[in-house]
Amino acid sequence: MNRRQRRRLAAFKAVVYVVLGLFFLLPIAAMVEFATRGVGISSPRTLTAFTSIGSDPELVDAITASLELAVITSLGMLALLLPTMIWIRLRVPQMVRPVELVCLTPLTIPAIVLVVGFAPIYNWIEINVSDSILMLALAYLVLVLPYCYRALDAGLSAVDIRTLSEAARSLGASWATVMWRIIVPNMSSAVSNACLLCVAVVLGEFTVANLLNFENLQVAISILGTGNASVSIALAVVSLVFVFFFLLLLSFLGRALSRRRGGAARA
Amino acid sequence: MTAVAVSETEYVRRPLGGRLRISSAWLGAAPFLLYTGLFLFLPTVLVAVGAFSGPHGPTLANLAQLSRPYVVSAFLNSLVLSAVSASVGAVVGSVLAYAVATGSPDGILRRLVTAFCGVLSQFGGVTLAFAFIATIGTEGFIVIWLQQHGIRFYPNGVWLFSLTGLTLIYTYFEIPLMVIVFMPALDGIRPQWREATETLGGGTWHYWRHVAGPLLMPAFLGAWLLLFANAFSAYATAAALLDIGGVIVPLQISRALSSEVGLDQANFAAALALGMVVIVAIITLLYARLQRRSARWLPR
Repeated sequence: MNRRQRRRLAAFKAVVYVVLGLFFLLPIAAMVEFATRGVGISSPRTLTAFTSIGSDPELVDAITASLELAVITSLGMLALLLPTMIWIRLRVPQMVRPVELVCLTPLTIPAIVLVVGFAPIYNWIEINVSDSILMLALAYLVLVLPYCYRALDAGLSAVDIRTLSEAARSLGASWATVMWRIIVPNMSSAVSNACLLCVAVVLGEFTVANLLNFENLQVAISILGTGNASVSIALAVVSLVFVFFFLLLLSFLGRALSRRRGGAARA
Repeated sequence: MTAVAVSETEYVRRPLGGRLRISSAWLGAAPFLLYTGLFLFLPTVLVAVGAFSGPHGPTLANLAQLSRPYVVSAFLNSLVLSAVSASVGAVVGSVLAYAVATGSPDGILRRLVTAFCGVLSQFGGVTLAFAFIATIGTEGFIVIWLQQHGIRFYPNGVWLFSLTGLTLIYTYFEIPLMVIVFMPALDGIRPQWREATETLGGGTWHYWRHVAGPLLMPAFLGAWLLLFANAFSAYATAAALLDIGGVIVPLQISRALSSEVGLDQANFAAALALGMVVIVAIITLLYARLQRRSARWLPR
């Protein structure tokens, strides 16, 4: 590439970054601007919208429910997916491909379609088990399967689990010890990645909760939006910033860990 | 390593103990299979069965309802919305991806852009709708700012709360998704290819038209299909933005599901859902084929 081409490329890149930067940052800035508006046209900026988030009991309920769901879904995912993935790799390798296929299926079925099938199941659950919002965790586990599978799979393939488990077994360790004290500590970054993804998905979930008539964080934001726009936008800003830093943390964490391992975890 | 592997196969082949061990090994996957059976396959089956059942046993009436004018127009709206937002997202996203890919591979800019794109591609839903209402809604930041300078943002009426507005909003998460999906393909391009083109006397146009373009095409089309499917299944943003229901298929489904009329409507929702599944399945098949083709050209 000669100098003229290089200068043209630099100019082109600058234009792309500025224009798209504006397109992506303006709506976020506008949300902050909107949420801090005073009541009248000339009244000063105010943080009332942010402070009144905590004083609405219904809103607090929805936030608590979403956070609880995030924790339950993460734990449920770890309890269900991780042992299964390790187990089939060690003992029933012919199951690896089918399980992968099952885990990635939710990517190809839109959530709105799954909800149609969830509706009768949740009718049954509400009558026979419980009508608590926490029951949503059962549905959310399906939604997070593909993301968590990929995260855990990346971690598992970076560790030589066969050698590790054979070494541990020959020293008399039980299968449970092999999983929780040998393999999991060796893939801690993948486990934390999967949990972070879980939290991000659950906190942003709207479709399933809304159509099954549960009020989680996003549904609360949406309901509030028709009445008190500035509080709902303030809440949207808070939840966005929260998830944003969460995912940003995730991407930097993943990078730092993969560099430490000489890029093995990314391969 | 090989010695261990051999000893284990012998161990498994032992007559009685071997068989017992295999069955207990299969049991280890049972909780997972049970759970996915109940919450992934049962719902899917319920949708398929629901689409073909009515109050008096099996019927095709629900599928016949799909030919009603407002359903057909909802499907058309969904297809157009997805196609337009996927196309804009794919073109703009690949330009941004190119700008990033030509930069330093381990620079802070690239790291920031990929991290932001990762977040923004997941940034759908209610929040995104509100972000645009706060920006170019009737009391939005830009609208008011322009008003103070004597410019009307909406000379021909507000279009934010229509399909046009929805298309614009969808590009907001389609562009970052494109960057993420398309970046590996761009990283696969070798500078030697460009040098080879120049050695043979070709310019920038020749390079893109005859070398890079054809090589990137399968990856580009594959990414387009992914973007299309992504827009096609999106629901939350539309639900939060549009007051009138039923403009696109997901909204039709939600209207049928939340209607109080009864079982008929639930079956109609299932028929609509089946229609969506068929379309997404076609796209997934096309995507898989294109992926195989582009994988042939771009070594990891």
